[in-house]
Amino acid sequence: MSSREEGLSGLVDLPSIGQLISLLERQGWRVIGPTVRDGAIVYERVESIDDLPRGWTEEQEAGRYRLKRRGDDALFGYNLGPQSWKKYLHPPEVRLLEARRENGLLKILKQSDPPPRYAFLGVRACELAAIAVQDRVLVGDRFADPIYEARRKNLFLIAVNCAQAAPTCFCTSMGTGPRARQGYDLAITEILEGERHEFLLEAGSEQGASVLGQLRARQAGPADSEIAEKMAEHAASQIHRRIETEGLHDLLYANWEHPRWDDAAGRCLSCGNCTMVCPTCFCTNVEDVSDVRGEHAERWRRWDSCYTLSFSYIHGGSVRRSVRSRYRQWLTHKLASWIDQFGTSGCVGCGRCITWCPVGIDLTAEVRAIRDTPTRAPKRRENRNGES
Amino acid sequence: MNSKRRKPRIGVFKFASCDGCQLSLLDAEDELLDVAAAVDIAYFPEASRAMLKGPYDIGLVEGSITTHHDAGRIQKVRKQCRTLITIGACATAGGIQALRNWVDTAEYVRAVYATPKYIRTLSLSTPIAEHVPVDFELRGCPINKNHLLEVISAALIGRKPNIPTYSVCVECKRRGNVCIAVAQGVACLGPVTQAGCGAICPAYGRGCYGCYGPMETPNTAALTDQFRILGNDGSQIRRAYRGFNAWAWEFRKAGEECE
Ligand code: SF4
Ligand code: SF4
Ligand code: SF4
Ligand code: SF4
Repeated sequence: MSSREEGLSGLVDLPSIGQLISLLERQGWRVIGPTVRDGAIVYERVESIDDLPRGWTEEQEAGRYRLKRRGDDALFGYNLGPQSWKKYLHPPEVRLLEARRENGLLKILKQSDPPPRYAFLGVRACELAAIAVQDRVLVGDRFADPIYEARRKNLFLIAVNCAQAAPTCFCTSMGTGPRARQGYDLAITEILEGERHEFLLEAGSEQGASVLGQLRARQAGPADSEIAEKMAEHAASQIHRRIETEGLHDLLYANWEHPRWDDAAGRCLSCGNCTMVCPTCFCTNVEDVSDVRGEHAERWRRWDSCYTLSFSYIHGGSVRRSVRSRYRQWLTHKLASWIDQFGTSGCVGCGRCITWCPVGIDLTAEVRAIRDTPTRAPKRRENRNGES
Repeated sequence: MNSKRRKPRIGVFKFASCDGCQLSLLDAEDELLDVAAAVDIAYFPEASRAMLKGPYDIGLVEGSITTHHDAGRIQKVRKQCRTLITIGACATAGGIQALRNWVDTAEYVRAVYATPKYIRTLSLSTPIAEHVPVDFELRGCPINKNHLLEVISAALIGRKPNIPTYSVCVECKRRGNVCIAVAQGVACLGPVTQAGCGAICPAYGRGCYGCYGPMETPNTAALTDQFRILGNDGSQIRRAYRGFNAWAWEFRKAGEECE
């Protein structure tokens, strides 16, 4: 094992990844990682190396995903599936409250058990960036979300560096990948060269270094780090999708009346899939349910989407009635107003919204269309209510 | 509930339908006693001998209008009910029997019945709202029993029921399903269909059948284009739209545009 300034690193063999899983489980973490289910690679509980998608990869394009066999034994030879880690940190459905009427008084019942300590195995660079974005939104603001915070604070993050990129990836435009640079406990680079199948492990925190120390790792040399850099370069060279971010915020604001919004609205189903798969979208609604006798009530928080009519419902009706205004809300929030709100872009370039849109609407193409034919909007005086 | 107040009276009325939606109420076994405690089930031929005369505070109407007789009866039911709630695809859209709306009913009657002259039927199967004003339409084939309890609870305390009108996709993603449209190329009606079922079919690898009818802002034209890209021809796409909610306006239009 070599001790470098930024932390420890070492090389391990294939079975060691299984040992890593059981080691974490033994120390009280619930390991969530990639596994094959229903024709895709999803993030679910993994208990051994056999649960990992060994030898699997995928093909992705706008509106299309197909699981595919690789010709080798790679454990991490895929890119991104439909789900992000948001599923665990910011769960789709949470019961906030349960109450019962007892002797005329409202009694709040015991809250659910504390969440497990999660260890995430296989977090890509863009996903680390997405977690950082949600950290800023959900805990880094005046009001913190205790549900997110409770899951986030005990997290063990194992990053995986991408050796390849999907055609839908554009992390290079957003400055988030393909190599994990920070925000992890351990980072894995899978080295597959001829007969050689090894994993370069780099610790990014004390917690990571301690786990690495418990694995039988052999010393990594400068040549191994170089391989990792080369792989990242190779992955980056495969990325063809692009968003020009220079001046994007002002461009989108100035073009709020661009005809391209109508064009997108003609194709968009307002189904909300893009917001659900996006690793940074955080919107939720809160619903109360009561029983017929009015004696038992529950309050639920569920993922919501700015594509629904109820999302912008205020006294008198929904503000964003047209699909045009809803598509525009989504895109400009991700790429422009997020910056005003939280100081970063709301998009990390993972491409999920492109792949998992049932009609393959591609935000990079929408942005390009606006950039190519900017039509400055008239002054804002007509925009009374966001509807037009 | 204030015990001094008289209990609200509920009537359950059936038109052309399979009874499945009324049975959702009976299926809510655990909650049924609560319902019975909170309301007077004054008229529910399917479940009890209660056949009390109106008026009713809440009328639940199942089924579509397919005969002259029923077209008259729904007018009387409406007059008897302060709040009228239609339940299920038959009552809200005309049901699967609305497939007759595209064929020659008289010819079918001749082919099916030994003595066609005994059959008097309308040539269309139509939703209740085409005949009388409706206060709330509860979608689904069949309806979701939790929705029914929600609608009854909401009607009892005079609030708006919490029933989603967005797409099935939202529920599908919350459930953690892998989208079968994207991952398998299945023609799924989820994006244009109203949520409510919890995305059951996609969870079992089947495309959504559209049981809950068109969602709030369905873009069927865009979905039809996508179905063609996935390799379906016009008649296959038309058949997809012509299910339990075939006569619901947006599905009807979408199906006809595939001719
Ligand atoms: S907007 Fe799309 S590409 Fe950007 S982070 Fe969200 S899902 Fe990924
Ligand atoms: S894009 Fe829509 S769903 Fe996503 S965070 Fe913004 S408002 Fe919420
Ligand atoms: S952009 Fe695609 S995924 Fe998003 S709401 Fe529109 S059709 Fe659905
Ligand atoms: S499987 Fe169907 S309902 Fe589910 S997300 Fe895909 S298109 Fe929507």
